[in-house]
Amino acid sequence: MLQVILKRVAIAIPVILVVASLTFFLVRMAPGGPFDAEKVVPPQVMKNLNAVYNLDAPLMIQYRDYMFNLIQGDFGPSFRYPGRSVTEMIFTGLPVTFELAFYAIIVAMLIGSFAGVIAAVKRNTMLDFIPMTIAMIGICMPTFLLGPLLVLFFGIHLEVLPVSGWDSLAGDKILPSITLGAAYAAYIARLSRGGMLETLSQDYIRTARAKGLPEHQVIIRHALQGGLVPVVSFLGPAIAGLIGGSFVVETIFQIPGLGRFYVEAAFNRDYTMILGTTIFFSALIIFFNLLSDIAVLLMNPRARSEA
Amino acid sequence: MKIKQLSLFFLIALVGCGKSISPVDSGLQEKILHFGNGSEPQGLDPHIVTGVPEHHLLISMCEGLTIANPRGGENLPGVAESWVISPDGKTYTFYLNKNAMWSNGDALIADDFVWSWMRILTPSLGSQYPDMLYYLKGAADFHQGITQDFSTVGVKAINDHELRVELNNPTPFFIKLLSHYSTYPVHKNTVLKHGSIDDRNGLWTRPGNFVCNGPMNLKTWELNKQIIVDKNPLYWDADKVKLNEIRYYPVSNESTEDRMFRAGQLHVTNVVPLEKCPVYIENENPNLRIEPYMGTYFYRVNTLHPVLKDKRIRKALAFALNRTQIVERVSKCGQQAAYSFTPPGSAGYEPDTEVPFDPELAQALLSDAGYPNGEGFPVLEILFNTQEGHRKIALAVQQMWQQNLGISVQLVNQDWKVYLAREMTGDFQISRAGWIGDYEDPNTFLDTLRPNRGNNKTGWENKEYDDLLELANATNDQSLRYKYLMQAEQLLISEMPIIPIYTYVRQYQLSNDVKGWYPNLLDTHHPKFIYLER
Repeated sequence: MLQVILKRVAIAIPVILVVASLTFFLVRMAPGGPFDAEKVVPPQVMKNLNAVYNLDAPLMIQYRDYMFNLIQGDFGPSFRYPGRSVTEMIFTGLPVTFELAFYAIIVAMLIGSFAGVIAAVKRNTMLDFIPMTIAMIGICMPTFLLGPLLVLFFGIHLEVLPVSGWDSLAGDKILPSITLGAAYAAYIARLSRGGMLETLSQDYIRTARAKGLPEHQVIIRHALQGGLVPVVSFLGPAIAGLIGGSFVVETIFQIPGLGRFYVEAAFNRDYTMILGTTIFFSALIIFFNLLSDIAVLLMNPRARSEA
Repeated sequence: MKIKQLSLFFLIALVGCGKSISPVDSGLQEKILHFGNGSEPQGLDPHIVTGVPEHHLLISMCEGLTIANPRGGENLPGVAESWVISPDGKTYTFYLNKNAMWSNGDALIADDFVWSWMRILTPSLGSQYPDMLYYLKGAADFHQGITQDFSTVGVKAINDHELRVELNNPTPFFIKLLSHYSTYPVHKNTVLKHGSIDDRNGLWTRPGNFVCNGPMNLKTWELNKQIIVDKNPLYWDADKVKLNEIRYYPVSNESTEDRMFRAGQLHVTNVVPLEKCPVYIENENPNLRIEPYMGTYFYRVNTLHPVLKDKRIRKALAFALNRTQIVERVSKCGQQAAYSFTPPGSAGYEPDTEVPFDPELAQALLSDAGYPNGEGFPVLEILFNTQEGHRKIALAVQQMWQQNLGISVQLVNQDWKVYLAREMTGDFQISRAGWIGDYEDPNTFLDTLRPNRGNNKTGWENKEYDDLLELANATNDQSLRYKYLMQAEQLLISEMPIIPIYTYVRQYQLSNDVKGWYPNLLDTHHPKFIYLER
């Protein structure tokens, strides 16, 4: 297994370098620069600004300098926010985004796997159809619709939860976590239902039942481990997706997470910030995929022996 | 069993939160103003930043020689308690308030202004607003590196409390410039402790390091979450300051901001969502504020374009627009149809121009230019940055031009930076634009269309216009100056390199608890006059 991990890490490094290089040149190809604004600054000022940020050097020299600094772990200063380094901005937003993703995944896991398992066990009954229909709606409903609907109901109509904020008012983390988790809960419900159905038809389950084990023990002790394997392999990309895709929820709920920095950096042509966040997200996706692969290896003996 | 436990958990979670006292209600008791501030400020260094959210923050934490009058009109004393202007209008002597001090207790002296103005004019700082001080003698030369000797610039400290400023021309609006944050003083020792004079990335603006001289102090700054400022007891006019704290929230999403206001999380919003404005007007929402604003929404014409270089065509386009219909049926939020570039009423200036809605005259002009009934006229392109409001206006304009002139119009929307890049390089035919005044004077509008100005972007050059503005700059007689400016404006409108559409209004929501908040053209609300009362 150690070999698998080492191999994956060895592949990850060139992948990240390629991502960094591609992003570097792609953002430079986009029209408009970081200091373009509706009120045009005098040419002298633009010249000074370009000089301050080394933007007056030839592109290849800038690329060389950037990669050299990157290898040393320096993402450079933000162009949009003078006095802030990209690293500082990433590590300001990251804990918030992580926390949001963590709560969202808990919501998704709790609701999703519970609904999926019940649906599989009570196959072709109302307890199957209703949760699966809701799951389908959940997958289809975008967060930018679900979020404001929840806010209108719980925040403005019932006045029981804050409509925005993070760590400012009591209960302000509930609605964003549910909003972000809902779509994933729906996926997990469908995946766990499928996984459970497959597992429940296996011989070892029949054996367990034949031995006279009560049904809940059959499910919890024997079926769950196999039934949730598809969910576990989905979790890696899901967590990465939650972190990278939290922008909408962060905007709706005014959450100071990394997603907002990322998207705003692209609009502002904050070159170093775009590069820094892209590289960072790539590394995260690779890392979480690796984690979920390891978890699958641990849960699935056949995959382990193949590895 | 499990279902019961789960429902119980959610019930407790929800009931536990219960109906709690809202920030607006608690703010009333604790004198805390909750302020929707648009977006995360770039920073808090007055010599580096540009933008409205930064302006809101800086007027609360720092102070220039004068402050903007909350009711509009002439500026009020700030650090300068009085000033004397020489008869030729070119020399200003400021007498500084002896009680003015920095938030760390240091005395604020005239030298602080000299050093601060040297800083903003230092080329390697890369400040984006040095031209605010280009009115000073020698300032442009110093900033452009023609001279390295700052003593050639027209600002001198006569003694600790007397500052003398020499200008190139009598500049009647100079006092108004001095409430702009780019002219604010910065604390020399603090700046130098965290970097050099030209360090853009110095950490002196962080909480704990920040030293300035305004009515409030920087308390905390959480990126993308909030900035809290609290009352500065060392401010020279601290007795007048009634707020204990202001919390600025960088809410860039208009709908989120609207919901926050409705849930009692904000006293004041930055804007009203586009689609909500007509609804709030119809429902007579008591919190809705629609106030005159010193800004013009217009269409910029590329006068270097082979067809649009003909001023008859530009005028035909302008005369074919029914502005009243645009503001009443499209923008629908109290905007006023515009018939001049400078908004009427700026510092007593009333532009004497006309842009009639006259389809027949428009057709005649088009026909004169060789396109009777629009025949043979190439497809026109309107460039705008992606935003629903701009799209709606462009659709209305497209329809009016097609109907009244018989010409085809194509709409091109682009991402903000692409739109800016295309405007800058002249890669457009007609583009939507807006201009908000930096200070209350027609010069802030008319100056942009002079030939060598970066913000002109139309390619339009007119010697007579330039001469009129030069004459206006040279005179110390305000009525004569306005006469020249009016002539310049008439010339501008007769040439139509820009097609005015409407005069902006400020639309936002304000809690009834907020007092001492008055409408004014520049939308400047100085915190020292604001208080909360129900």
